[in-house]
Amino acid sequence: MSDLTYNLFDRKVQPPYLAPDYKSTVLRAPTKPLVVIKQSLSELTGPVFGEMHVGPLDHDLTKNARINGEPLGERIVVHGKVMDENGRPIPHTLIELWQANSAGRYVHKVDQHDAPLDPNFLGTGRVLTDADGKYKFYTIKPGAYPWGNHYNAWRPNHIHFSLFGPNISTRLVTQMYFPGDPLLQYDPLFLAVPPKGRDLLVSQFDLSITEPSFALGYRFDFVLRGTHSTPFENR
Amino acid sequence: MLQTPSQTVGPYFAYGLTPEQYLYDFKSLVGNQLVNPIDQPDAITISGNVIDGQGQVITDAMIEVWDAQNKLFGRFGTGTDPKSRFIFHTIKPGSIDGQAPHLSVIVFMRGQLIHSYTRLYFSDEDELNEKDVVLNAVPQERRQTLIAPKNATGYEFNIYMQGEQETVFFEV
Ligand SMILES: [Fe+2]
Repeated sequence: MSDLTYNLFDRKVQPPYLAPDYKSTVLRAPTKPLVVIKQSLSELTGPVFGEMHVGPLDHDLTKNARINGEPLGERIVVHGKVMDENGRPIPHTLIELWQANSAGRYVHKVDQHDAPLDPNFLGTGRVLTDADGKYKFYTIKPGAYPWGNHYNAWRPNHIHFSLFGPNISTRLVTQMYFPGDPLLQYDPLFLAVPPKGRDLLVSQFDLSITEPSFALGYRFDFVLRGTHSTPFENR
Repeated sequence: MLQTPSQTVGPYFAYGLTPEQYLYDFKSLVGNQLVNPIDQPDAITISGNVIDGQGQVITDAMIEVWDAQNKLFGRFGTGTDPKSRFIFHTIKPGSIDGQAPHLSVIVFMRGQLIHSYTRLYFSDEDELNEKDVVLNAVPQERRQTLIAPKNATGYEFNIYMQGEQETVFFEV
């Protein structure tokens, strides 16, 4: 007899709390060792989201905030699969996403970067995976933007994601990058990921999903923490 | 297959993850009212600050809470309250899985490449807290960081990322 337990974060690919080249980790990273606890119903359950949480245009960021025209920039379509570590698809799970516009500017009020806002682009959306764990959304390729971490620091083009998976231990917040971006080699967030994990954050150009005369296609898969069985303890 | 690595939520999550709270024109997935205080006479307010290693209040954290017993989930950013607190309106859960009543708390912020898990226990549950398996896994001198004192409207729970009062975070 066995119990299903969720794997812990895989430290071979997950970034550490403290990565001094990313300066704001220095005062925000927990310093004491994490306390290991046995997963209980508190960790093995989580919120459930469905169709009612996704608006009709939430999967299309080129349309969900139009005011007087189309957003500017390079239209892209991003697709992929959400799976667990055993390669099992995770159906009907929610993906939230947000990003800068094509000029590298966020709608967020705190973003002071001197690049134009786009009145027809908000830069946020949501999508559910289908029965096979697949998702797809349309957007504008986000621009690179400067940030204050160090002299002449620029974030590579990226899209932010938030995923839930089956319970709170599978929660994932991450960023997807684009292939061949020369800024990746200088980015302390990307470089904080152990070398073995870095490629997993870079999407792949995908001609098969590229829509003729319309949008370039990129593929990006998500792998959430999976399960393994552990023998029942004597109770 | 290898897990997708985590990356920080960054400073600009609000219009995507907590839009209505920050007055962006996008419907929020969830907010900070796990229950509506108007129709729940036993509703409580949970609030607190997230504090960095120099004792500064963090104004760009995002906190999620999960009450597994009542299946209630909420999310709130620390960038809108005048005191930069997170605030949740909810009810106090009962025991679940033989544990003392608690909320699971997930902490995200710029400067965290991967989120942190902690738990909020209640100061008026001494008896159950003393028997709780998770609290007992925590060195006694750090246990208080997980127990929220009661105040007039609910409970106060401050999250210290570092320092003498550093909150206990879990590997779960
Ligand atoms: Fe960003």
